[in-house]
Amino acid sequence: MTESVETSALTPAPGSPAPGVSGQTGTVVRSTVLRRLFKNPLGIIAIAILTALAVMAVFADALAPFDENFANISKTLAAPDAVNILGTDSSGRDVWSRLLFGAQLTLLSALLCAAVAILIGLPAGLVAGYYAGKFEAVANWIVGILMSLPGLIVLMTIRSAYGPSVWIAMIAFGVLISPSYFRLVRSAVQSVRNELYVDAARVSGLSDLRIITRHIFSVVRAPIIIQTAAITGVAIAIQSALEFLGLGDPAKATWGVMLSEGFKNVYLTPSLLFWPAFAMALAIGSLVLLGNAIRDALEDGEKIKHRRKKAHQAEDAAAASAAKAARKTIAAVDAGTEHHLVKVTNLGVGYPQADGSIKKVVDDVSFHVDRGEILGIVGESGSGKSQTAFSILGLLPDTARIVAGAIQFDGNYTVAPGEDKVNQDRLSKLRGKRISYIPQEPMSNLDPAFTIGYQLVTPMVRVLGISKAEATTRAMKLLADVGIVHPDRTFKAYPHEVSGGMAQRVLIAGAISCEPDLIIADEPTTALDVTVQADVLDLIRDLQRRLGVGVIMVTHNFGVVADLCDRVVVMQNGRLVEEGPVREILRNPKESYTQTLLGSMLEGKEPMTMLVSATAKENAL
Amino acid sequence: MIPFILKRLGSGVVVLLAVSILTFSLLYVSSGSIARNILGDQATPEQLAVKEAELGLDQPIITRYFSWVTSALGGDLGASWFTSEPVANALATRIPVTMTMVVVAMILISIIATLIGVAAAVKRGWVDRLVQIGAIIGDSIPGFVIGIILVTILAIQMGLFPATSTISPGVGADAWVLSLTLPVIALLINGVTGGAQQIRSAVIKQLERDYVRTLRSRGIGEREVLFKHVLRSAAPAGLTVLSLQLIGMLGGVVILESIFALPGMGPMAVTATIQSDQPVVMGVVMYTVAVVIVVNLMVDLLNGWLNPKVRVS
Repeated sequence: MTESVETSALTPAPGSPAPGVSGQTGTVVRSTVLRRLFKNPLGIIAIAILTALAVMAVFADALAPFDENFANISKTLAAPDAVNILGTDSSGRDVWSRLLFGAQLTLLSALLCAAVAILIGLPAGLVAGYYAGKFEAVANWIVGILMSLPGLIVLMTIRSAYGPSVWIAMIAFGVLISPSYFRLVRSAVQSVRNELYVDAARVSGLSDLRIITRHIFSVVRAPIIIQTAAITGVAIAIQSALEFLGLGDPAKATWGVMLSEGFKNVYLTPSLLFWPAFAMALAIGSLVLLGNAIRDALEDGEKIKHRRKKAHQAEDAAAASAAKAARKTIAAVDAGTEHHLVKVTNLGVGYPQADGSIKKVVDDVSFHVDRGEILGIVGESGSGKSQTAFSILGLLPDTARIVAGAIQFDGNYTVAPGEDKVNQDRLSKLRGKRISYIPQEPMSNLDPAFTIGYQLVTPMVRVLGISKAEATTRAMKLLADVGIVHPDRTFKAYPHEVSGGMAQRVLIAGAISCEPDLIIADEPTTALDVTVQADVLDLIRDLQRRLGVGVIMVTHNFGVVADLCDRVVVMQNGRLVEEGPVREILRNPKESYTQTLLGSMLEGKEPMTMLVSATAKENAL
Repeated sequence: MIPFILKRLGSGVVVLLAVSILTFSLLYVSSGSIARNILGDQATPEQLAVKEAELGLDQPIITRYFSWVTSALGGDLGASWFTSEPVANALATRIPVTMTMVVVAMILISIIATLIGVAAAVKRGWVDRLVQIGAIIGDSIPGFVIGIILVTILAIQMGLFPATSTISPGVGADAWVLSLTLPVIALLINGVTGGAQQIRSAVIKQLERDYVRTLRSRGIGEREVLFKHVLRSAAPAGLTVLSLQLIGMLGGVVILESIFALPGMGPMAVTATIQSDQPVVMGVVMYTVAVVIVVNLMVDLLNGWLNPKVRVS
């Protein structure tokens, strides 16, 4: 029960180091994070409560009207009055005073626990992450054991051996929970160990110690603070649990002892339970909120997402009803454009921002693709070419909005003018069946948990409605068609058992499996070796000729365009810069951006067409 | 498969041995005053010496440990120093109560947390906000405090449930249900709030993966993408979360049994702890660690079944 908190504290680990890495120096990161932290109302509340509790604990001697164990036997279980502002317990001790002294002991021992855990986990994690090797193996083994020990049971054993001491219990719990720091630090260090700037530091002769303190420590600092907030909370909880069970020192006031005392008198004065429980929830809750606030401050984007959602809920509702109205009467496409396979008209795609504005990533883009034609969309990263492609597929992220324009496929709107989202009802009937997709990164686009055969067969069964046996036969043929030598072997393989080039062939086989009219290929060769690239392009060209499909080829590579495409559109910063037949654009680019793109790629070289087609011919033979 | 299980069971035995040695030597520290604790202040030094000889405390620790291990391997965990009840018997009568709570709570947590977590990940909006807030509240209030609140309000003040257990040997199922409802709810709440949040982030992480987009592009329906592919890939993360919760629950259940006066392992463990009743403490520790080892093995096997990559290695 208590340990579950530990795992939730672990989750920020993988994401959190990034902000620290991106900052040039620690101070810059820290000041902006602090500023963001103080802008977050929950963060301020948490800090205020924790400060108040800390002040109460530190000045308990001055603030408490009575000693923690001063008992007024003639005034037991008394209701609050002017002298005992929160009443008295069954021995006539002042609840308010005990609460203050309880805060002192509870918080201090919880901090001791966190300190012990850091002292063990941090150095061990640094060394294991940085040097790996035997030390890491041994440490992992110990961590495995420590993490599978039920905390409370171990602490009970310790109590049994060393008697009731909150300090010993918290030191022991610190040791027990130190794996959470170890794992956090180790994975953070592993993720930066091979970063270029660490390599650079090593090459420039910095000692390992300096590298660890200067470069790596700055990465783990923030996650450690978050983790410490969580662990201190867990420590308070488990310590109070021990004291509640009567395993603590009865002579010392802690919140757990007070809870236990309250529970013994639950039939007489249940309010005795309230104050220690309230104090505990307040302290642990503030620590949880503080941890969350720091995490949010580090991952600025997370915050925006929430507000973005809120701002858009009303809009979504409005859009939904508008879409419903539109569904009944889908506007007919403009006369004379029905014959285009795809026609994109003045398309705009944007993402709502925190301040309510919309950041446009695609702006006023128009083009069309006909049957049997290969259109290249060229541009650098961030030019909006992939976003355009995903709009046609209807696979934009949830937060994206169509802010302008329309998309039509085979004479029907998939995005009608005025709609702000892609209509999934219409597109889900087209996807797989008539429009298909070849992704960029072959490995990440196959589900690692299913065989390649399964991932080829299922879409055919679902989309074409054919039997599994028939689909299997077709899949084998497809695999052979895309140049896989042993289709049966690949069919049975899991994605991690094949090479990247082979995985890309599999994805291409999947894209053509249901005989689509349009294939959208998003940088299909970027992640592949040069030799495989030529093969894959060849394959796409061959398929296009054989099946007469239209292809949209998204790429940043003019070599690919020259090799494959009939027409090309050039995009920059979300806008369409130039459009025309490939030969014309390559020979005679009008826009300066196209010239720059071409210049940067073909500078001082003969056009790559020769080379590629030569290899292509060889392969075809 | 079989070699994998054998290897894991082997390492489990090593862990058990390591833990038993550690616990045994820890408890050695407190065994000095044991005879006096048992016999009381009036006992003469001769009586103490006889008692110590009877418990084997006059032997060196190595000898004592080996005699404990050899009888433990034969299923004999010794007898309580204070009540003389055989530890194996005591565990056998108490474990059913404890494990009923743990297993029922775990099953409910797995179902509820998965449902809520997936709903939050897919629908976002208010369900998501609720899960986030729930996680903060769940993290803020320790499980045993939830137990205290439940027993105070629902049992003592409203009288809806018995405040102390009515479980005794031979009672009917209704007594079990009535006695275990509140403690199981107390075990549930933190598990559900924490689990739902972790499962939510695991599912969101999978939904953002490239292959999900590709599956959609192939014309696979949203429901199939979610339940067949995304959930399967998110399951290992979920299983890890749930197994950690189960480990924590073995401690949490001890406190809840004390709060609800249930005749489970908890009160026995607390008493044994206070008295330094070494055979009982050893028995409780060994049993819980064995449960953890079995659970971890099951999680590994499930992960192997879910993830072909793990299966290979």
